[in-house]
Amino acid sequence: MSTTTIAPSAKLWGGGKSPFNVEYGKLMMWYFLMSDAFTFGAFLISYGTIRFSSVGWPDPNKVFKSYPFAGESANAPLVFVSIMTFILIISSVTMVMAVQAGQQMRKQAVVLNLVLTIIGGIAFLSCQAWEWNHLFSEGAWWGRNPFPNADGTIASTNFTNYFFTITGFHGFHVFSGVIINIVMLIMTLTDQFEKRGHYLMIEKAGLYWHFVDLVWVFVFTCFYLI
Amino acid sequence: MEHTAIHTADHAAEARKEIWKITGILTVLTIVELGLGFYMMNVPLDEHSKRSFIKGVIIILMISKAFYIIAYFMHMKYEVKNLIMTTAVPLTIFIWFIIAFLYEGNSYKNLRNTYDGHFRDRKEIMAPVREKEAVKEIKAEQKPAE
Repeated sequence: MSTTTIAPSAKLWGGGKSPFNVEYGKLMMWYFLMSDAFTFGAFLISYGTIRFSSVGWPDPNKVFKSYPFAGESANAPLVFVSIMTFILIISSVTMVMAVQAGQQMRKQAVVLNLVLTIIGGIAFLSCQAWEWNHLFSEGAWWGRNPFPNADGTIASTNFTNYFFTITGFHGFHVFSGVIINIVMLIMTLTDQFEKRGHYLMIEKAGLYWHFVDLVWVFVFTCFYLI
Repeated sequence: MEHTAIHTADHAAEARKEIWKITGILTVLTIVELGLGFYMMNVPLDEHSKRSFIKGVIIILMISKAFYIIAYFMHMKYEVKNLIMTTAVPLTIFIWFIIAFLYEGNSYKNLRNTYDGHFRDRKEIMAPVREKEAVKEIKAEQKPAE
């Protein structure tokens, strides 16, 4: 007589084993990212609401048209910000490769890809620092908006307030992501993960880093494109 | 044992191929977005429906980029359904959140345009020409005279 065991459904929880099939830390990272998505979502929706309640809004192509080492007459809208976008996408790709190398326990590849990701993050932050500095030199800051509306009428300070608050909050996330990745790099180099026998920590740091890239997709579209 | 090794090597190669495929898709989507952005620069401000249509297309591209990042880079596609549901279902509140707040913002604008004289007048006030640009314009005017 054969004992029949009821195979738990792979798709839905049948009880008896972990319903999510991931470790605790990773699950909590997902929930943290979900709450962070609500924070960013609320910021962006607030921006959208104010924009919908205004009769005019500055033209992003006239505001963000410069790039480093350019003269006063630089007129290259979207160029610098698209470079920033690609830097973040590429750093996300190297992060996926670090995670995959970790799953295969290839320490050297993890180190290499983490270093590349950190470089990408620092490059992005440097670009943002330049852009903030440039806008500040043009007279833009919280509470100060030198840019007129697209139709030439006088604009409120909402535009700069939202721009600096939201890109600043995103930039702070990039900054903490770089710090987390540096910690991961140090832990990899000191063989902490080799001793544990797994690189699961890198996967959690990776989730955070991809989230930063994900938020930039929205920030980039909302502030620079539309 | 040997079989497993080959299997993992296969799996790794496949995973790497997938990363490059998704990178390609994200790059193409971004380039299309930028192309639309450049195209929109030449669309006059008063062609509202055309501009709104392009913005709508850009937003659809943005959401598909977000999907590819979450599904493949963050590996969500390969997690069990319960995990997908516990994060995706709460986020559906954004559907209401976005529609309700943008509608409310628009309604506030219309109400102020109807009843608030100061708000109505404000949209007629032209911004002062900025110093640097004014100097540039003066220079441009002076040049032919020289």
